[in-house]
Amino acid sequence: MKRGLVAGLIAMSLVAVAASAAEMPEYKLVIKDHKFEPAQLAVPANTKFKVLVSNQDSTPSEFESNEFNREKIVLPNSEVTVFIGPLDKGHYKFFDDFHQDTGNGVLIVQ
Amino acid sequence: MLGVALLVFREVLEAALIVSIVAAATRGVVRRGTYIGGGIALGVLGAIVVALCAGAIAESLNGSGQELFNASVLFAAVLMIAWHVIWMSSHSRELVQHMQSVGSAVRAGSSSLTMLFAVVALAVLREGSEIVLFLYGMAAGGAGINGLLVGIPLGIAGGVAVGFALYFGLLRIPLRYFFTATNWMLVLLAAGLASTGARFLVQANWLPAMGNQLWDTSALLSNGSVVGQALHILIGYDAHPAGIQMAFWLAVVVLLLIGMRMSTRAPPRAAPVAVDSTRSAA
Repeated sequence: MKRGLVAGLIAMSLVAVAASAAEMPEYKLVIKDHKFEPAQLAVPANTKFKVLVSNQDSTPSEFESNEFNREKIVLPNSEVTVFIGPLDKGHYKFFDDFHQDTGNGVLIVQ
Repeated sequence: MLGVALLVFREVLEAALIVSIVAAATRGVVRRGTYIGGGIALGVLGAIVVALCAGAIAESLNGSGQELFNASVLFAAVLMIAWHVIWMSSHSRELVQHMQSVGSAVRAGSSSLTMLFAVVALAVLREGSEIVLFLYGMAAGGAGINGLLVGIPLGIAGGVAVGFALYFGLLRIPLRYFFTATNWMLVLLAAGLASTGARFLVQANWLPAMGNQLWDTSALLSNGSVVGQALHILIGYDAHPAGIQMAFWLAVVVLLLIGMRMSTRAPPRAAPVAVDSTRSAA
């Protein structure tokens, strides 16, 4: 009975988490010539949001940040979704781990 | 060349630290060099396969394939470490005194040591697949063969060097405490892996964050620094973890503590005679 209760709670929270994805703000980042466009992305504070990272180069990139703890590989000519937040106000740097000299950006949370 | 070396170094470092802990924890086991080497080789092969399948993985599960795959590899390693740590708790006295029989148990596949060597393979697979994808991109994007020929060995050498430093540092622990120490290193390693697995699931929106930054010690030690990355593997350090990462970390530590305690409480085997004769022989 207890196990069923725990399983039920987990299932409900998973559904809740997945359902919230529908109304989440969405932002687009494009990787082109190993640079992020835009290099500065303004997003709301204290809100979970998704970023669609689109790689228009012919080599893989990795969207990564040590400041908001995300890392995801973006293969050439494809797009990935990364869920971020809720974050406090501030500036959070992100980078392309595979092209650190050119791929740099900032998330401006306000 | 430097960019290649740096990335290869960072990824190899993470795997090398795990290999070092496993190498220390299997100290004295006959032929463990072969097993660890085999684990690394298997991991490298796996990394190439994963890199080749990267597209398929990425597209699966509504775009969450990558995170699910990473989390699965991490949680599988946690389970394997857990199995070994609990097994060790019920066998440590015999282990110190009967290294030979432990070696034969590995050969028979009946001991938890095979779990540890699989952990090595998984660690190499995880970090290696990133390296493979990165190097493919570098080669395709025209990094120049010289940059790769120098950068790759440089990065590998650097990561391996830190791994050796950890290994030889661990060897200095007196034998009396040695396996307890390596057991605890494995517990903290497992806790850290679980925390990282949870983070991937939060990234894919499969788990709630439960507070996105429980604390922020990035001014003291940032996630991007080499020490920060090393501590990330060794103890699961995160400059600003999500609440659920902390929950997974604590759960692993608590569950393994309970597991170890319960297994040492098992009735002692009838081996007092064997213990004494070995001690006098040593």
